[in-house]
Amino acid sequence: MSDPIPGIAAPAHLRQGSSIGQPLTRRDGPLKVTGQARYAADNHPPGMLFAVLATSGIARGRVLGLDVAAAKAHPGVVEVMTPANRPPLAGDPDAKDSPFMFRLDALQNDAVRYPQQPIAVVIAETLEAATEGAALLAPRYAAEPPRVGLDGAAAFVPAAVGVGSPASFAQGEVEAGLAAAPRRMEAVYETPAQYHNAMEPHAIVAAWDGERLTLDTPSQGMAMAQARFAALFGIRPEDIHIRSPFLGGGFGSKGLANGPQVLGILAARLVGRPVKLVLRREQMYGPVGHRAPTRQTIRMGADAAGGFTAIASHTLTATSSFDDFIEAAADVAHTLYATPALHTSHEAVRLDTGTPMFMRAPGEAPGSIALESAVDEMAFACGMDPLAFRLRNYAEVEPASGKPFSSKALRECYAEGAARFGWAGRPLQPRQMRDEAGLLVGWGMGTATFPAMMMAGHARATLRADGSGLVETGAHDMGQGAWTALAQVAADGMGLPLDRLEFRSGTSDLPDAGIAGGSAHMATVSSAIHGAGGAVIDRLAALATGDERSPLFGAGNAGVVAREGRLHRRDDEARSESYAAILSRAGLAGLEAMGQGAADPAAQKAFAMHAHGAVFVEVKVDPDFGQIRATRVVGAFAAGRVINPRMVRSQYYGGMTWGVSFALHEHAVTDRRSGRIMNADLAEYHLPVNADVPSLEAILVAEQDPHVNPLGIKGVGEIAITGTAGAVANAVWHATGVRVRRFPIGLEALIGA
Amino acid sequence: MTLSISLTVNGTVQAVALEDPRVTLLDLLRERLHLTGTKKGCDRGQCGACTVLLDGRRTNACLVLAAAQDGASVTTIEGLAEGGQLHPVQQAFIDHDALQCGFCTPGQIMSAIGLLAEGQAGDDPERVREGMSGNLCRCGAYAGITEAVLDAQARLAAREDAA
Ligand code: FES
Ligand code: FES
Repeated sequence: MSDPIPGIAAPAHLRQGSSIGQPLTRRDGPLKVTGQARYAADNHPPGMLFAVLATSGIARGRVLGLDVAAAKAHPGVVEVMTPANRPPLAGDPDAKDSPFMFRLDALQNDAVRYPQQPIAVVIAETLEAATEGAALLAPRYAAEPPRVGLDGAAAFVPAAVGVGSPASFAQGEVEAGLAAAPRRMEAVYETPAQYHNAMEPHAIVAAWDGERLTLDTPSQGMAMAQARFAALFGIRPEDIHIRSPFLGGGFGSKGLANGPQVLGILAARLVGRPVKLVLRREQMYGPVGHRAPTRQTIRMGADAAGGFTAIASHTLTATSSFDDFIEAAADVAHTLYATPALHTSHEAVRLDTGTPMFMRAPGEAPGSIALESAVDEMAFACGMDPLAFRLRNYAEVEPASGKPFSSKALRECYAEGAARFGWAGRPLQPRQMRDEAGLLVGWGMGTATFPAMMMAGHARATLRADGSGLVETGAHDMGQGAWTALAQVAADGMGLPLDRLEFRSGTSDLPDAGIAGGSAHMATVSSAIHGAGGAVIDRLAALATGDERSPLFGAGNAGVVAREGRLHRRDDEARSESYAAILSRAGLAGLEAMGQGAADPAAQKAFAMHAHGAVFVEVKVDPDFGQIRATRVVGAFAAGRVINPRMVRSQYYGGMTWGVSFALHEHAVTDRRSGRIMNADLAEYHLPVNADVPSLEAILVAEQDPHVNPLGIKGVGEIAITGTAGAVANAVWHATGVRVRRFPIGLEALIGA
Repeated sequence: MTLSISLTVNGTVQAVALEDPRVTLLDLLRERLHLTGTKKGCDRGQCGACTVLLDGRRTNACLVLAAAQDGASVTTIEGLAEGGQLHPVQQAFIDHDALQCGFCTPGQIMSAIGLLAEGQAGDDPERVREGMSGNLCRCGAYAGITEAVLDAQARLAAREDAA
């Protein structure tokens, strides 16, 4: 992919390479399939002790007492950390200076604000002793009645939703549009609390050396974590070294510093030895975030030809009693369908849970399953095919802002997905199809959308005397394939073959690459790397073109192209010189430059930027037992330039699997009396297993975007949940004729229907 | 009281001193023998991340007490590659991108090897999916995992035919 993207001014010096676009296998694959990839909990520094959290068995109240003596008497237990003896912190864990800062539980007092809140830490010579010590603490509580469920507390209008978005938005005459519409629908959709459940439990190995701190801990945002820990412990950020070369999944739950990490660091300080603290699976249902439940009321009106006259979407959601994270579910309507009148709004209740957090497609995922279900209901009310109805309401500009899209190949996604799936000929009426075994068959679809964001990130490129390159950036790979794809960008960015390029990442001493979130990491860090490579080549070109001994002398500022480790004159490619020769003649040991990735305010002002997709799903439902299986899922996605199609396809598969899970499998169930989650484990919190997703297909639809960032990259990590979840729900309706609006759809909703 | 057991780990016989009868096979491998390739996802037999071959059978190591395994033979993910040559299942996982974060991967691979040895799945993708459904993958790498298992099965069969 060496062509400059149309619409972008060619950089002063072109760099070319063939790495971008190649379906390379994972660079970290060999380490991961041999067990050599070292995740945080795999570390074991000399003298290390094991720390185990004791967590609260109540949802709200106070800890009256702990049997610290019993725990300490247990052989192998070294220390028990409680609010009484935990070392002081320089910063307040309850401080909140920005929407990206969340209040943490670090034994600051005896209050309990949610179940599974840490209430003590037991530190021992062995994991077994620490575990038993934690059990021996036998806490006594003063419990208060828990506030549970969306009806469990008074609703309020939050100051902001998501990250700093307004809680409501209105445009046009919604009520008039609804009143005048010959076709109308109104329905309430409910989505449950969900937990990230990365396969790798949150973990930290903390080691102090005086006022310096070394941490092995999975992080999607090392620089932000470093800053938070520095403030909490009163030390300099640069004295904290975070190593996070591999994350065993994050999905948002490892984005920001969390309480258990702080407790691991405190424990190490208390005992003066390195400490490893790993959450037990059930302890991941509290202090490390979740997706809040929503109740979404959607009203729609359409004219006789099936065009929207109005869309209104109201979300009631929940946050914790002590902090704010508001799932911006209604806002997905801002970008999807053309309508002359649009109203979105949010309210929230405060419950005795851990604070909700970013979870893969926060806002979009629950918003999409409700909106796509509603659109399906509206299409049926209009007597239209769901795809035809969506095309009838295709948004040529972003509905809420009126801005043109920087690129939008959604029509192509619809067309390619529908053709591949075989959508044509789908009966309009539900419950029309059966397979040879007599199972009910249904087909449903949904539109996928996710914003193409940019965070801020940096990278450093170094050209070495031997003409090889080094690119360094403190980026994060939680399974997206960032190491693989970013190295491809780095090689092309320096005009080098991949095997002449060393790529370093995953530790906090490298340039701050920002946070791996919002599906923006590839776009952001690629831009930084591309910029750093360009800056190095600029300097190299200046050396060569200004030196009369070089064959490139006088080629001028726009006159060279960097490829395969050589600079060539653009007007006469036969005249070239190797990087090494240029450096050697200049007497330089190397060249180094920094690059930055960030949003372009002018482009953001001018354009709406989103990735899009279309997902088509077949489900089969047992007519007697209501058992549902998503037998076929076809997604077609357009997300700008694809750096590595193999990695991108896997991201889509992952998102589609999450979409199936959203519709059919996962939810946390809270006991109303105790406020505790009843299925805080992997047997009863249902994640899809292999047999649950028998057939996935992802189509990568070509799309060029000259505006989002220099390389035209949109993120792919989250989009595929959206669209898929609603498509599954719509397929269940099409199979059975039963519209289930409470997710996940269980067989109990279908039995006897 | 210290117990001593004899354990064959990846082909090497070891005398393991166990001062604590509570130690699971998983924690023995990870925290005492420092074979950390085997992962802990749940510690209660619900995720499959800790799958090893115990006397040739795929087993959740978190559900096994080490002290009860005197004389047993354990194969972990570290024991598969021979002389730097990846096991066909390992290679197939890379080729089919049957992993993302990689945390479930050691368990998936050990489970796949166990499944192939059981000889129950054949080349039926549906049975492979079923047979691999004790190993959760939150990243959703299942499509690649199924392809990889089928491919590895074919490669192993070809190898046997050649031998
Ligand atoms: S850790 Fe053993 S099955 Fe999950
Ligand atoms: S690859 Fe991440 S859990 Fe399977």
